[in-house]
Amino acid sequence: MDKMPKWADVLLIPFINLLLAFILSGLVILAIGKDPLVAIKTMVEGSFGSTNAWGYTLYYATNYIFTGLAVAIAFHARMFNIGGEGQAAIGGLGVALVCLAVDWPHWTLALPAATIGAAIFGAGWALIPAYLQARRGSHIVITTIMFNFISAALMGYLLVNALKEPGNMAAETRDFPAGAHLPSFHEMLAPFGIEFSKHAPANISFLLALLCCFLFWVLIWRTRLGFAIRSFGHSETAARYAGISPTKIIMISMMISGALAGLMAINNVMGESERLILNSVEGAGFIGIAVALMGRSHPVGVFLAALLFGFLTQGGAELQLWENIPRELVVVIQALVILFTGALDNMVRAPVERLFLKFKKRVA
Amino acid sequence: MTLMRTFLGAAASLALAATAALADPAIIFDLGGKFDKSFNEAAFTGATRWAEETGGQFREVELQSEAQREQALRRFAESGSNPIVMAGFAFASALETVAPDFPDTKFVIIDMVVDQPNVRSVVFNEHEGSYLVGLLAGMASKTGTVGFVGGMDIPLISKFACGYVQGVKAANPDANVIQNMTGTTPSAWNDPVKGGELTRAQISQGADVVYAAAGGTGLGVLQTAADEGIFSIGVDSNQNHLHPGSVLTSMTKRVDVAVYNAFTEGADLETGFNVLGLSNDGVGYALDEHNDALLNDEMRAAVDAAKAQIISGEISVHDYMSDESCPVM
Amino acid sequence: MQDAPQLGRQNTAAPAIELRGISKAFGPVQANKDISISVERGAIHGIVGENGAGKSTLMSILYGFYKADAGEIFIGGERTAIPDSQAAISAGIGMVHQHFKLVENFTVLENVVLGAEDGALLRPSLAKARKLLTELAKEYELNVDPDALIENLSVGHQQRVEILKALYRHADILILDEPTGVLTPAEADHLFRILRNLKNEGKTIILITHKLREIMDVTDTVSVMRRGEMKGTIKTADTSPEDLAERMVGRKVLLQVDKTPAKPGKSVLEVKDLRVTDSKGVVRLKGISFDVRAGEILGIAGVSGNGQSELLEVLGGFETATGDIHINGHPIDLTGKFSDGQSRRAQGIAHVPEDRQREGLIMDFMAWENIAFGYHNDPAYNKNVLLMDNAAIRADTEGKMERFDVRPPNPRLQAKNFSGGNQQKIVLAREIERNPDLLLVGQPTRGVDIGAIEFIHQQIVALRDQGKAILLVSVELEEIMSLSDRIAVMFDGQIMGERLPGETDEKELGLLMAGMNGKAA
Repeated sequence: MDKMPKWADVLLIPFINLLLAFILSGLVILAIGKDPLVAIKTMVEGSFGSTNAWGYTLYYATNYIFTGLAVAIAFHARMFNIGGEGQAAIGGLGVALVCLAVDWPHWTLALPAATIGAAIFGAGWALIPAYLQARRGSHIVITTIMFNFISAALMGYLLVNALKEPGNMAAETRDFPAGAHLPSFHEMLAPFGIEFSKHAPANISFLLALLCCFLFWVLIWRTRLGFAIRSFGHSETAARYAGISPTKIIMISMMISGALAGLMAINNVMGESERLILNSVEGAGFIGIAVALMGRSHPVGVFLAALLFGFLTQGGAELQLWENIPRELVVVIQALVILFTGALDNMVRAPVERLFLKFKKRVA
Repeated sequence: MTLMRTFLGAAASLALAATAALADPAIIFDLGGKFDKSFNEAAFTGATRWAEETGGQFREVELQSEAQREQALRRFAESGSNPIVMAGFAFASALETVAPDFPDTKFVIIDMVVDQPNVRSVVFNEHEGSYLVGLLAGMASKTGTVGFVGGMDIPLISKFACGYVQGVKAANPDANVIQNMTGTTPSAWNDPVKGGELTRAQISQGADVVYAAAGGTGLGVLQTAADEGIFSIGVDSNQNHLHPGSVLTSMTKRVDVAVYNAFTEGADLETGFNVLGLSNDGVGYALDEHNDALLNDEMRAAVDAAKAQIISGEISVHDYMSDESCPVM
Repeated sequence: MQDAPQLGRQNTAAPAIELRGISKAFGPVQANKDISISVERGAIHGIVGENGAGKSTLMSILYGFYKADAGEIFIGGERTAIPDSQAAISAGIGMVHQHFKLVENFTVLENVVLGAEDGALLRPSLAKARKLLTELAKEYELNVDPDALIENLSVGHQQRVEILKALYRHADILILDEPTGVLTPAEADHLFRILRNLKNEGKTIILITHKLREIMDVTDTVSVMRRGEMKGTIKTADTSPEDLAERMVGRKVLLQVDKTPAKPGKSVLEVKDLRVTDSKGVVRLKGISFDVRAGEILGIAGVSGNGQSELLEVLGGFETATGDIHINGHPIDLTGKFSDGQSRRAQGIAHVPEDRQREGLIMDFMAWENIAFGYHNDPAYNKNVLLMDNAAIRADTEGKMERFDVRPPNPRLQAKNFSGGNQQKIVLAREIERNPDLLLVGQPTRGVDIGAIEFIHQQIVALRDQGKAILLVSVELEEIMSLSDRIAVMFDGQIMGERLPGETDEKELGLLMAGMNGKAA
């Protein structure tokens, strides 16, 4: 019944989109007098060419998995959560408070506690916009954007006035205790005799992200709550008919969304910087929107899209380091990918669909 | 002229950097970017001046993410760049971990102290320079009220503010100093509109001299002061020329000199604690043809006397960052 | 050919419209297969067919919305290309859509002129239109106040504006798509009078409808379509509703519902003084009272939008109200604070909602998910506290699909890929097999093909015969008349009266539906 085979929809279209984005990026690189082939080689080698490169790529991907899943679950309830940025920042606050509150003896204790802290803080930050949407009809897009700004101001205030270590110039907390140090890939893989770069920031949070992908799938496609969330997302009138409370679904799905965004802090705050710094999220909340769109709100898609954006982030850094391509241009390339995979999706979809129909007819 | 030079320098460095060889110096700019009209740009100017004068080449990178601090440091060190200069206090913890792994590479960190054998820590006595311009502000003010507009609310800026207040009070013990910080996020360094608003608010409270220690935001402060016909004080580089007749003076902080010196000394630079203060002209107040008419003899005499006294230790200007408090605020 | 009335100003005997070999496919679906049809000038030509037979596609091609894959169009004997609706209009074709395309807050005059203004200035166009409108009103009984706002007009009057719009654009051929769906019988009669007047003036009219009685009443010739194919054109005088139904479906169809007299038992549903005010403050139900007893079907007749939807929503648990409702003697919560669709189901109420595409089903869900929809908390559908038992639901779905003859019987097919009738069977299977004490049924056969109507009606009657109470809401008077054991007519949020089907007729019910409460006898 579908207009084209599923594999084309899920794989071919994103691939063509990416190709177009890269071709255009290549032209831009050419325009500033650099060699696009060298550039792509630098990007690929810099993100996949060594364990160190992998370590960075997967570190960024881990961030994007969390924020991507956060946006995706809200999408399933037809909520557009643009507040991943703020929820992740506040999640970081939760992680920092947990990690600093106790002199943790071992990470196996610190991790679950910090996970809960991150989830509760992230969920709490999403709760207010969710309530305003569910009960007062304030549009979630507006409120979550506002809450991004509020969280930035709040974090700034707290880090400068309350959490900062005296004598430290930077607005950041003191370092977390050694017992809150999460194993990096180097430490995790060493027992298996696998040599992984010591300095790459990828850490055990990556496994947590994979676990979240799986739980996301179970929740959405195997539980009653997921069934209710999807029902509500597809048709609010039908959900009301079935006795599914819109208020409840909006609140719950947004809180899960906020919790997932908050969990990102396990990776960047606890896993990487090991202290809470200002502006720690660095736009990952927004990248999450692109990741969820490209990943079609499915955990496997989100994982793949997160990997792509991890590659773009890390490859972009390498481009800047070795090719002297200014960072503004790296942002342009990332923006092109988002533009082609997200906004211009239909531009490619329609012609490809037509092609498939023609082809089918000829075969038939 | 300076703009032209910057462009030429940028073009030259871009062209050269592609072929940079081993043991060339490298510089890492902080998240604000190298054209932030302030700190990073000053560092870039120093590096460019070195490249122009020596014909040498250097590597550079502008950070996009916190995680890249250590990455950039490590990659430059691995590729043999020496020395590696980083502009900004935020590099401290990354440098703490990277420096021991590359004992043969020299690192220079500006605005922060990192205690490692192969690290030079360059800090400025901004409180001393601010004291001097505060003194001038206190003497220039007719209303007895002066203003301070800071950028991001961090201890470093409080250090500026505290020195400034001490200077003002030295000139006029009854003076009132209105202080505002632009914000708590890095965007506070680049918000000239808000800088202008804060200045206008301070003027309405009676301020007739405003000191801007706020990076790009300060441009809005200086502009508004010129529009409203009051005095302003620039920061970091000599900004007297921006609004001649309105900019009373500038508190110069020679980040460019720090970078230039590091690059010039090359891989053999001396490590350790490097304080740039009044004595070695790392900080100071700017006097040139643009503000020649604004400072009368009495003011010049007073500020030069104060400078001498600070250098000699007769006057001790309290450093906010030594104990995170300011006795006069 | 000899039937075509010869018109003074048209000497040619060529048909008004002739379509030759029109084909159109949407992906793998062949919506129109090699369709040829010829409509004589000055005739009312009906096109009947089940949902998805391709009627609307054909007319959309004629009106320039779609481009045919193959085939030719002849207007007045001349081959004409119709790439867009502008071309259709200049070829003299006007269309009255099922859903009116009017600007609500414009006046009648402005709507008529909109898009057909003569110049940059509006005033001359409006004056011209006003003159024309007065003439047309006299000529065809098309009276509408030119200065009334559309939003203040009744549906029947809005439809007249659509016709006027077409005539203002010099339409000689008028296509009406399901024009009586929203009209009261009186309004429909008026419309047919207008159509006859237009026909007498030499206009050609194509009437698309699924109501066989209208075809019999008003058309001269009728074409039957089935599954994208043209199954022939006949003179209306030579056919009967049964014959048309058989041609549409391809087999013999029972148009009358076979049912024994009801044996009403105890009262299951008691409604007293039910009032609903919607979120905009409009009073939708103005204190209605009735009851439904076990083993009977209470039919609620009325033109849509007179409070029936709100009544179903209140009973179904997703609209709040004041008043008093008892089910099996137990009061139910009307505030919405302690009840929802779930608690209603627990109280033995099943609900086949009016709009299956927006309420009853989730079109993107697969059939098995839709079977669980509303009953996803049922322990039989769940493995444990956490996980649903998808396999069990699918197995249950297979059984339901077989018993309710849902085609294709594939639980993994998305709801949107079933025909209207099969979608409705899925909803019915889900609700009826819950064995409810009270079944709420809204518009059970709207957009459902004739073959499925028969089946659906049988199921409803069978449930009644099991001693269940059934509340049927339908805008199709025929359906109400043939299914109900008692009929209540709603108008403007009130019940205008109750009648027994044997003791009333369509005319009397039509008057009640229009708000006139004077019983003839």
